[in-house]
Amino acid sequence: MNALDVDDIGRMADRIRIHVIEMTSEAGSGHPGGSLSSAELFAALYFHVLKHDPKDPEWSGRDRFVLSKGHVAPGLYAALAEAGYFPKEELLTLRKLGSRLQGHPVKGKLPGIEMSTGSLGQGLSMSCGLALAAKMDKKDARIYCLLGDGELQSGQNWEAMMLASHYELNNLTIFVDRNHLQIMGNTENTLSIDPLAAKLKAFGFDTVTIDGHNVKKIIKACKKASSSRHPTAIILNTIKGKGVSFMENNAEFHGRSCKPDEKEKALSELRSRL
Amino acid sequence: MKKAAQRMYFGKALAALASRSDIVVLDADLGGSTRTSDFEKVAKERFIQIGIAEQNMIGVAAGLAASGKTVFASTFAVFASGRCWEQIRQAVAYPKLNVKIVATHCGISVGGDGASHQALEDIAIMRALPNMTVISPADANEAYAATMAIADHKGPCYMRMGRADFPLITPEDTKFEIGKATVLKEGNDVTLIGTGQMVTLCLEAAETLSEKGISAEVINISTIKPIDTDGIIRSVLRTGCAVTAEEHSIIGGLGSAVSECLSDNIPIPLERVGTKDTFGESGDPNELMKKYGLTTENIIKASERVISRKGNR
Repeated sequence: MNALDVDDIGRMADRIRIHVIEMTSEAGSGHPGGSLSSAELFAALYFHVLKHDPKDPEWSGRDRFVLSKGHVAPGLYAALAEAGYFPKEELLTLRKLGSRLQGHPVKGKLPGIEMSTGSLGQGLSMSCGLALAAKMDKKDARIYCLLGDGELQSGQNWEAMMLASHYELNNLTIFVDRNHLQIMGNTENTLSIDPLAAKLKAFGFDTVTIDGHNVKKIIKACKKASSSRHPTAIILNTIKGKGVSFMENNAEFHGRSCKPDEKEKALSELRSRL
Repeated sequence: MKKAAQRMYFGKALAALASRSDIVVLDADLGGSTRTSDFEKVAKERFIQIGIAEQNMIGVAAGLAASGKTVFASTFAVFASGRCWEQIRQAVAYPKLNVKIVATHCGISVGGDGASHQALEDIAIMRALPNMTVISPADANEAYAATMAIADHKGPCYMRMGRADFPLITPEDTKFEIGKATVLKEGNDVTLIGTGQMVTLCLEAAETLSEKGISAEVINISTIKPIDTDGIIRSVLRTGCAVTAEEHSIIGGLGSAVSECLSDNIPIPLERVGTKDTFGESGDPNELMKKYGLTTENIIKASERVISRKGNR
């Protein structure tokens, strides 16, 4: 996979956003807000950070990405299609009967999906298993996992973090999409997760907080993580609904798609960014 | 009759499997009791201590299995099935990963620990999961053979075993075929269908029934899912009635599985011996088995009842 330069990755993020709006609008449901907040991460991972081969998705030496916040599958699917894992035309089958693009990612159904996720709080445990296996097999593959901020309210994450630091899984990098919004509103009003960085540090993670929409910073943080002696946590300060004025910081778009007029407005805003 | 604990033979089987480099064993701080410690002794590099975190254990198991490992994850049956049921559903059963959840300390014969540690619902909730194979060996020899069989089987399995020493009713070199019921004694008047240590009680009941002139067939259902529909039908076609016996609730367990099989294929009178929609309590295992109706006498009474129902259809 040829890596793109930073500007092109930024543009790729917006192409992913356009797909997300088209896909979720066509489906009439889905989770566009979080998909938009993670667009730069998806673009940076699949077009720079990950060692992977879309023509050989099961290549044994590949890095692995686990989407623990499985509801933002549209963003991941868009990145996979852009990277060449499957035809882009298939994106519009999202959530439809018989589609490989299930509402939440399913391992074995679609090339590039490493684990079945969507029930929140489980992806980090799975990632620990992948990281342990890579160590056992003496592979230099790295494991990446994206978690939602609201998702961290689930206790299993903290069980997994204890394990990651106990076994010094320095081949594991986790991202927290810190957009501060979950279905019922602000994370800090729902069930506060701050002080997040201090908690992650206390659980043994090398922790860094960056602008999650800055591709250069994402790439730099991932590079630094790869030489750490500890697992790394990268807190991505992001804006839910990023890139579309009326969706930004709007919890309503956590779990609903655009209506026809909203869709056109969103697409025109996003196209103007390209 | 010689007795042995199933978990001891499970430990022996794991140690024998350690020569296979794909086998990884996970423990949630109970390895001394579940006997996964026997594997740790010989293959420490492939034994992973998870701590008291069963939900995480299942996720870790899924990640290892997705990397090509054959994973055994063990703890007590209450925790192995209940604490992490949804994790098993999402991370293991749905993607059909090669994870073997081996649970010890099932049933009421756990004894003194009481209801919090007595799994009487695990068969029900595990067999409801698509892609899940559910195993319940009758004795320690079968537990050994079943461990070997599930290690060779690709896909999710749940196996339940007891804590106490059970009589060895199958031979040391017993073979185990997943999905195959075994006829331990032939008979014509009633089919006694048991699982786990209740198979032993079925054999005892058949002896007493024979003294009363009743010829009972005894079937060991050590694979509860997929259940051996053909084997059950073959037997009840001859006997015309059946009794199930399990150290588990009659709701959702072996009794339910056999009821489903019979009502789908050949509706005949059935009586179910098991716990009756109740939790257990602390006590001596034998006293508990008696108090909760898991006795040879109850199997005999159920047999007499079910035979008397044969003509009333």
